[in-house]
Amino acid sequence: MKLKKSLHTHNLKKRRLKNKLMTALIGICSFCAVIPLAMVLYHIVINGISSLNFSFFTQLPAPLGEVGGGMANCIVGSLGLILIASLIAIPFGICSGLYLSEYKNEVISKSLRWTLDLLMSIPSIVIGLYVYTVVVVPLHTFSALAGGLALSLLMLPIVAKTTEEVLKLTQTHVREAALALGLSRWRVILFVVLRGKRSAVVTGVILALARIAGETAPLLVTAFGNRSWPQSLLQPTPSLPVQIYSYAISPYDNWHKQAWAGALTLVSLIFIINLVTRFIFSKDSYEKNNL
Amino acid sequence: MKVVLKSILNSYNESDVRFSDIAFVIFLRLSSLAVISIFISLIYYLWSGSLPILNRFGWHFFFEQEWDPNADHYGALPFIYGTVLTSAIALVLATPISISAALFLTELAPRKIAKPFGFLIEMLAAIPSVVYGLWGIFFLAPFVRDHIQPFFSKYFGFLPFFKGPPFGIGIFTAGLILSVMIIPTITSVCREVFLSIPTSLKEGVLALGTTRWEMIKTAILEAGFSGILAAIALGLGRAMGETMAVTMLIGNRPDITFSIFSPGSTMASIIANESPEATSTLHLSALSAIGLALFFVSLSVSAISRMITKMTKSKFSK
Repeated sequence: MKLKKSLHTHNLKKRRLKNKLMTALIGICSFCAVIPLAMVLYHIVINGISSLNFSFFTQLPAPLGEVGGGMANCIVGSLGLILIASLIAIPFGICSGLYLSEYKNEVISKSLRWTLDLLMSIPSIVIGLYVYTVVVVPLHTFSALAGGLALSLLMLPIVAKTTEEVLKLTQTHVREAALALGLSRWRVILFVVLRGKRSAVVTGVILALARIAGETAPLLVTAFGNRSWPQSLLQPTPSLPVQIYSYAISPYDNWHKQAWAGALTLVSLIFIINLVTRFIFSKDSYEKNNL
Repeated sequence: MKVVLKSILNSYNESDVRFSDIAFVIFLRLSSLAVISIFISLIYYLWSGSLPILNRFGWHFFFEQEWDPNADHYGALPFIYGTVLTSAIALVLATPISISAALFLTELAPRKIAKPFGFLIEMLAAIPSVVYGLWGIFFLAPFVRDHIQPFFSKYFGFLPFFKGPPFGIGIFTAGLILSVMIIPTITSVCREVFLSIPTSLKEGVLALGTTRWEMIKTAILEAGFSGILAAIALGLGRAMGETMAVTMLIGNRPDITFSIFSPGSTMASIIANESPEATSTLHLSALSAIGLALFFVSLSVSAISRMITKMTKSKFSK
């Protein structure tokens, strides 16, 4: 009897020790997950801030061998590409989202949901390759149009999915009340359902923009880049991420500095967008969608 | 009453429907069909693009070791090998960390800490791939060259996996950066799975007198095992498709070597590297075929993951 009891307590001690060890291990491992974030941010800020100045935002890239220069053309190019992508992806995305949430039992709706799920899981480089074969090869040139198209294909499923999720939260009695007033169905959908959730839909769109702002791989094979101002829709267009890439793999010190400054610009832009949308706009619907 | 309501809600099916409603739903259908047809054309163009190479080499293309665009000889095996190896390294490193992070978020951390911690993990996903690549080139690669690789070659140098001169860039470094990039993916899915486990189950296990770790082991890790698998599959899909950071860190050499510290190449990186300058039809077609393979592999991985998630969720919601 005594022996059994001591065995039991001994066992309990062991179990408690194991509990403590494992809890500590989980804590340490979780801590490991955020170390890279801290290090990446630290290096970007330290290296970026020293080469970030006013001319970075206003000047063209310096010719090889000269110090200084900027990425003004890339910033303009990136904004242009994102604009083209938004012009395509936002209307189609919101229409798809509306259709998915309001007519969810139709056959087309079901296949659309399936398509969007698949579209979301395609690697971005494969989308780049597709646009390359469909747009770049026939036109014989890299172009802003191709780049914008590739970005829009990445953005569309995100916009559609978030719109659908948000609209689904509209309560049935709101719809019924509007219908009972004699409104036609399309008016109810556009002016009651969509309008009621417009800030959440806008937040979704902005987060999708933040997501595609840093996309590099599809732009590398579609918009490519050049060293002067973006010219037209049908010419190679510089963009911030691609410029960071080509500077990072170059052997020149001045270019490396420019790459760090570009990375600092890009990351701060994305972080500011994320922080602002998360803390100012509707909070709860986003936490659900994004983690 | 129910019938009346239903007929109002489905009024566009009735005979007295308004024209505007019909027009609206047709407009939505057309825009949806446009999206679907773009997706179908994506598959079609990748397929038709890869036909020339498949006609020339057949399915041997995927088992051929030599990749030499100058001689118009193409084989995809080095890239498949590189993709498999980098993803494997990434999963091995990222899985325990992500599961711990998800456990920490759901079970251990007080709410005040859990929220900012979750936000930090999300931010890990918000950093663009190219920025990870930049950081990798100037920080991670020298670190691997000066510290990690000497350690391995000193103590395990007799194994073929750890041989080779210390470049810094290579398969291992690419896998390392990939592991950082897939941590948020795996963590968020795991977190959802852990949250879907009913509290009553956890409380029931705790009431049996278990310690917290024993509760976590039995009620969460074992019960949520299939969900964890789904999370890992999703992470695998992300790792295989990731391009820029890998392209910048892997060294881009189309060879098969056993050492994980030597340069290599992945399916995604070869497309990013060579398609801007692919001039011959066969070269472009070879890249298309690799893209098609990547497409199908990542689709099936994410489909598997989605299926498991659905099954797990319905298991707990009963």
